[in-house]
Amino acid sequence: MIAAFSFTALAAVFTALAAAPFFLGTYGTGFLLGLVGYVTLASAWALFSGPTRYVSLATVAFFGIGAYTVAVLYETLPSWLVLVVAALIGLVVALLVGLSTLRLAGVYFVIFTFGLAELIRQIVTWYEVNITGTLGRYLFVDYGPEVVYWKLLALCAVTLAIGYLVKRSRWGLALKMIGDDEVVAEHCGLPTARVKLALFAASSVIITLVGAIQAPRWTYIEPTIVFNPTISFLTLIMALLGGAGRLWGPVVGAVPLFLLFEWLSANFPDHYSIILGLLFIAIVFVLPNGVLGFLEEHWTRLRANRSAKSDLEKREAG
Amino acid sequence: MQDLLDVRNLTKRFGGLTAVNDLSFTLRQGEVAALLGPNGSGKTTALNMISGFQPASSGTVLLDGERLTGRPPHWISHAGVARTFQLVRVLSSLNVEENILAAVMFRKNPPAKETAQEEVQRLLEDVGLAGRSNENAASLTYIDQKRMELARALASKPKLLLLDEWLAGLNPSELSIGIGLISNLNEKGITILLVEHVMDAIRALCPRAVVMNAGRKIADGATAEVLRDPEVVRAYLGGAHAVA
Repeated sequence: MIAAFSFTALAAVFTALAAAPFFLGTYGTGFLLGLVGYVTLASAWALFSGPTRYVSLATVAFFGIGAYTVAVLYETLPSWLVLVVAALIGLVVALLVGLSTLRLAGVYFVIFTFGLAELIRQIVTWYEVNITGTLGRYLFVDYGPEVVYWKLLALCAVTLAIGYLVKRSRWGLALKMIGDDEVVAEHCGLPTARVKLALFAASSVIITLVGAIQAPRWTYIEPTIVFNPTISFLTLIMALLGGAGRLWGPVVGAVPLFLLFEWLSANFPDHYSIILGLLFIAIVFVLPNGVLGFLEEHWTRLRANRSAKSDLEKREAG
Repeated sequence: MQDLLDVRNLTKRFGGLTAVNDLSFTLRQGEVAALLGPNGSGKTTALNMISGFQPASSGTVLLDGERLTGRPPHWISHAGVARTFQLVRVLSSLNVEENILAAVMFRKNPPAKETAQEEVQRLLEDVGLAGRSNENAASLTYIDQKRMELARALASKPKLLLLDEWLAGLNPSELSIGIGLISNLNEKGITILLVEHVMDAIRALCPRAVVMNAGRKIADGATAEVLRDPEVVRAYLGGAHAVA
């Protein structure tokens, strides 16, 4: 009953979101597009990094790979095929990175993934300057922002569906086991290396697709734009704010932070990054388990208090 | 009876240090044996190599004739080896039930979820944790964490159970409960290898003992005789006592 209701409510929300471009202007559609983009990025990031606690800063590496693939191929291939190629490149890079780094634990993994994003940016820059002789590419497509938005919305729905299915299956349990203690997980019979690799690859392919779908929005692309490390940090902090271990956590974190960042970058363009940094620190200190974790904790405490109180009242009455 | 575990010339070197040196022994199906030795004699390292936690430098481990060495721990777990850890390791973000469910759901041929949950309840009863399903695993007392770890090891339906100082740190009444639990398991046909320092438990549970010192096997046989062996006494107490 509750499941059927939630599903209907969700379907209604997505239908309303899909219809939004007909009622909003170009600005409104562009705004929603950016929002859905970050919701998808944060959800895809949390798919792997949430339960396993492997904090990845490689988000922008895959995002940029997606965007660049489109910039290079959009004139020669049909747009759906460009997306397939981008996803495949993302997959191959994810598997290579995963095989070589998922043995790294904790902070080493964080640093490696951060370095990876920089490395790929440098390689693309080098290639463009020395081989193709240009830095920056123009990207003119024959469809408007609403088409980009619809594609992103579909990808967002798919990402949340994957997150839901993984959580419900035994692989959701597997990822939590990996996050808690990989040695115990292995000794329980879980092939940890394979599970980590598969989920890292799935998450990375979705992130690549976000970059690929959003690329036409810029009309001009260069490495400093699509490989901007701020994208990795924003994704991370959005997932953490909402609660990276929960299905709806990244959504809950991404919406308010996206609104805030839009407002900040419009009104305080010079102090934007300082405020961003302070916010990162505040979130990690105040809400280590995210908003949903915080609410859940207080909700259970409240209920425990209440039931204890009512027990006491009953006893006094009796 | 047939040999279940066959350890041949097992060796582990850490740089210049040889932690386990040419260790060989076998365990029969259904046997309970102790692996003894002073601190640093290589017992835990030997256990780690059998369970796949650490790779062997050389030598082989066979279970039912199947080679375990060179395989990852999850493969060895599927082959039928389960273990507990010297320092209890719990999956701290999971509750008690989920800690056991984890091992049921990822063993070889896992059951459907409903069957698995019933099985978890039986395992919790077996180790004395009935009705504690929803408690946070990290906030259990030490003995209860040990019980949970044992249930988790049993959840993978092992042929061979490796217990690394599972009885250490228990008070006398907990100790007798623990000894009872282990002997029950053995009656169910599980072969058990214990690394242990608690002598009362060793005498009560293990008809046989293998003793290591400085990485080498120095004795192997009936527990009472092995404990009288002059070389074993010397290893535990030092040379001066053995002469007297």
